[in-house]
Amino acid sequence: MSDLKTLTFAFMDPPFESERTVTFFRLLDAALERGASVRVFAYEGAVALAFARQAPHGNAVHGRDAAEEDHPLTREWIRALQEKAAAKDLSFEWINCGLCVDERGVNDVIDGCGRGGPPDLWRYASDAFNTLTIGTR
Amino acid sequence: MKVLQVIDQAFRTTVEEQDDTILWLTQSMRGAGGDLQVLLSGHGVHYAVLNQRQPPLVLGTWKQSQPAELVRDLTNLTESGVPVYAVREDLEERGLAGLPLQAGVELVSRAGLADLYERVDQIWQW
Repeated sequence: MSDLKTLTFAFMDPPFESERTVTFFRLLDAALERGASVRVFAYEGAVALAFARQAPHGNAVHGRDAAEEDHPLTREWIRALQEKAAAKDLSFEWINCGLCVDERGVNDVIDGCGRGGPPDLWRYASDAFNTLTIGTR
Repeated sequence: MKVLQVIDQAFRTTVEEQDDTILWLTQSMRGAGGDLQVLLSGHGVHYAVLNQRQPPLVLGTWKQSQPAELVRDLTNLTESGVPVYAVREDLEERGLAGLPLQAGVELVSRAGLADLYERVDQIWQW
């Protein structure tokens, strides 16, 4: 059995709204950990996961300023997974649905995340060992 | 590669997106050469018996001009050769079993789902 596989993920949930988002990222991390390359098609609210202008904030209730709070940002999670993939000589590709980006105004994305459409999902899925779709609820 | 798109959630963002996002995705990938089928299950079976366009949203002086046309979208799929199935028991549980099905929609029993799944390479549960 080959150690090197490519898995495709299609995800619909936005950042900061659902535990599915955290689970999705844990699955990506686990896939890389097990030696699989990863391809992500971000659909609908998920296109905001790579938005470059996400900003950390302090939290008065916690009694911490922005630096101390060190608020989690999904763009940083993506960056961390890109770096993990590179360190393991695996590929980590990410395409946002372009129309979904436009309607949300989240065009400014971090490096390594591209713009595309459903044909890219079909291409990703056709080439992958398997595909996991996680729809919003 | 054959993919079965399972739509279990009905009317999800249909007002804002002016369509069902998975029906839209299916039509778009179909245009890119995708070999796709659609299974309407759970609340998704409502689509199988729709007979009218969604009413437009009205908020103050703002009125939606292009509400979702799910009947058209399903018809486009079936007429382009995409098989569309609806789970019989899910229709019955919702009191929808006596309503006319949209043209081209085929009923499948829960017991028949395994055979349906066996006929495709991947199942995408949305």
